[in-house]
Amino acid sequence: MYKPNDLILRTTTSVIAFILLGFAVYLLLAGHNSPGGGFVGGLMTASAIVLMYMSYGMEAVKKILPINFRTLIPIGLLIAVSTGIGSFVFNVPFLSHTFGHFTLPILGEVELATAMLFDMGVYVTVLGVTMTIILTIANDR
Amino acid sequence: MIFTVIIPLILACFVPLLSKIKEKIHTGIFVFFIPFIIFLYFIQFIGSDFSPIAKTYKWIPSLGINLNFYLDGLSLLFVLLISGIGALVVLYSIYYLDKTERLGHFYVYLLMFMAAMLGVVLSDNVFVLYTFWELTSISSFLLIGYWHFNERSRYGALKSMLITIFGGLSMFGGFVLLSVVTGTTSIQSMIEQKDVILNSTYLPLILGFILLGAFTKSAQFPFHIWLPDAMEAPTPVSAYLHSATMVKAGLFLVARFSPIFSSYEWFFIIVSLAGIVTLCWGSYMAVRQTDLKAILAFSTISQLGMIMAMLGFGTKVAVFAAVFHILNHATFKGSLFMVAGIVDHETGTRDIRKLGGLVTFMPITATLALFGTFSMAGIPLPFLNGFYSKELFFESSLDLEGATTFASVLAQVIPYLAVFGSIFTFVYSIYLLFGTFAGKKHLDLLPKKPHEAPIGMLLSPFILVLGVVLIGLFPNLVNGTFLAHAAEAIKGAEIDQHIAFWHGFNTPLKMTLIVVGLGFLLVLTRKKWAGAYRVLPGKLSLNKLYDYILEKLDIVSQKVTQSYMTGSLRLYVAIILGVTLVVTFIVMLVTDGFNIQFDNLADVTIIEVSVVAIMIVAALATILAKNNVSAILILGVVGYGVAILFVLYRAPDLALTQLVIETVTVVLFLLCFRHMPKLRKRNETSGTKIVNIVISVGFGALMTLIGISAHSSKWFESISNYFIETSLKLGGGHNIVNVILVDMRGFDTLFEITVLGIAALAIFSLIKLKRGAK
Repeated sequence: MYKPNDLILRTTTSVIAFILLGFAVYLLLAGHNSPGGGFVGGLMTASAIVLMYMSYGMEAVKKILPINFRTLIPIGLLIAVSTGIGSFVFNVPFLSHTFGHFTLPILGEVELATAMLFDMGVYVTVLGVTMTIILTIANDR
Repeated sequence: MIFTVIIPLILACFVPLLSKIKEKIHTGIFVFFIPFIIFLYFIQFIGSDFSPIAKTYKWIPSLGINLNFYLDGLSLLFVLLISGIGALVVLYSIYYLDKTERLGHFYVYLLMFMAAMLGVVLSDNVFVLYTFWELTSISSFLLIGYWHFNERSRYGALKSMLITIFGGLSMFGGFVLLSVVTGTTSIQSMIEQKDVILNSTYLPLILGFILLGAFTKSAQFPFHIWLPDAMEAPTPVSAYLHSATMVKAGLFLVARFSPIFSSYEWFFIIVSLAGIVTLCWGSYMAVRQTDLKAILAFSTISQLGMIMAMLGFGTKVAVFAAVFHILNHATFKGSLFMVAGIVDHETGTRDIRKLGGLVTFMPITATLALFGTFSMAGIPLPFLNGFYSKELFFESSLDLEGATTFASVLAQVIPYLAVFGSIFTFVYSIYLLFGTFAGKKHLDLLPKKPHEAPIGMLLSPFILVLGVVLIGLFPNLVNGTFLAHAAEAIKGAEIDQHIAFWHGFNTPLKMTLIVVGLGFLLVLTRKKWAGAYRVLPGKLSLNKLYDYILEKLDIVSQKVTQSYMTGSLRLYVAIILGVTLVVTFIVMLVTDGFNIQFDNLADVTIIEVSVVAIMIVAALATILAKNNVSAILILGVVGYGVAILFVLYRAPDLALTQLVIETVTVVLFLLCFRHMPKLRKRNETSGTKIVNIVISVGFGALMTLIGISAHSSKWFESISNYFIETSLKLGGGHNIVNVILVDMRGFDTLFEITVLGIAALAIFSLIKLKRGAK
């Protein structure tokens, strides 16, 4: 049986996918101070994974990333909601955020904000949503 | 006093339990005691030194709606009729209804009706009165449709429901207006404030609404059509509801409110005219009927018309006569219905053409019928109460005068109409009696071999006929102690009316003699003039009108709905956009909302112009694209154009998101369109096309105008300065957009990602759970 040779695609994908994933993580983490954020970060991650699916096929990616993307949706929502509920512990209204500057061992002085946690929730949800939609529709025969 | 209303309702709940043992004891025997005890309770109030009693029980005090009960002469007359005849009807029904019938249902409905009727006549609060009023309509509906497997019963029940509820609702409107005008919900306080009501601009509306309620309930012309069809009910029901009580609720209402309206000219005109027309039409039509109960139904209509006319006259004699006739009519009409029920029960038919010569088989029934019919006809004999009230009716019709021309003409005509109606009353009464009990026997036509009814069945009509004779012999017995109070409550002044059998050879007596003479002549020559019915009602019929209206309502509403609920989504979108367009445009125009100014605008650069030009071309190309893949790809151009505009307008977050989302959307579209059929050419008429173009262009233009106007009229300072200043200080971030999204307005974001999650799960379940999938 004839099978197309997609060596170039696969080789470039293995490089580009990492760059994309790295860029996605950058977008997520930098979101608070530069353009980016959980939403775009999640979409970008999703596009990196979709690219892997396109070049390596379902079976291979499932082996590398044994994730059920559907479960990411409730996990992400749970993270976002619990950051909101967490503010009750400190006796402040729902979804009150705070931030502070800390000195960490390797990174030096870093600004940490609880809003970041919320953005993580957004990130996970968007990733789950996008992957669920695309995979469901693509697998529909 | 409240217990007389509440107890029947409470006991009605226990009737189904009692009806379980109906094989041994007829349920009616238990029920009988309820109205009987109420009757005994109320009878203690009869006496010449009676004065009204008021009691209040709180229900909804904050709305001024309380269970105000008020027992005056008028209410007393009605409660005695309701409970007294109620007891007799229950007694009669014990023998009339077999134990195989659904007795539980019957007596629950009957008790419900009785309580509602007592509530109507005892209420002093208009809204409580209305509540009970509707309860009578509903329970009457249930009783008429008692034999619900019968198509005619269902038809009759529906008809009476529609007409009486129509009237009831309009009466409610009248009550609301009354309580708004007077600021009270109590009828007695309204009577005290009658000047306020009479000077109100709403007076014609109030009167019209309330009279509409009274006329529909009391089966006045032209709303009388439900009553003959209500004869499909079991005979005890017809005797109780449709002769003695419910149909008199309308009379009660007119009587109750006549202290307020009686000095208003239109009250006299409308009520008298409706009453006298009903009297003539009902008696004229009754002669034509062949069914015993139909004759009685039309006779009830005509007698109610007569009482209504007297209430309209409003003179002392007339009011007294009205009250007197309410009592008399209840006695003789109740007994006649029961007689008709006996004939039906013992011979198997009510068709008067099949009946005849029954006097030899049922002598007692025939005697009872004789008293009833003669009293109804008003034959001058000293032991028939119908004669007295008819004489008073003639007397009252003679001394009428009207202030306006129309009213005075009416006053002149009324005596002639009264005589005319009474002649036909005489004719049908005699016809009813002799057609059933005298003449030739047609035993072969009868389904059953006729025989005399059991004694228990004869007891109730006997007691009623006894009432006829007793009142006939001693008319002044009920006069001062009982009727005078009732008349006083209506007229608002003391009434001292002496009733005498022989009151001189005066005009009313001459009128009676004319009635009897001409009546006899008409009875004897009935065959010769019966052809008149082919001319006067002929093909004209209010029933046909009613059926026509109902049928047309069905057809027209179906047509109207089908005309716009076509199932075409294109049409719905066109309607939604078209209506939005027209309404918004009119609102904007009327409120002077279009405000177009071109100062404070930014400079336009060449890059912006070229991007927008590309987008416009792409948008037009999307509309004209011939296949769906190219349409989606061209639409992508618009999306990327927007992203570029975001870049130009310095919104990097938006640009990023727009780029990625646009790509994802296009990919998704392409994934989906693999499964979709090709675009097909729409076969639309050029008219539809033009309308669609007009709507879309208009809508776009409107939105553009609104956008420009919104930009031109900035009323308040933007709050964005606050975000710029506090983003770093409070949110700890330089990216203001992101700080707004996750911190300042994180709540919105929380639900936006929830929406996304729901969408994803919905798509998943939509695809995985499609038909055939496991």
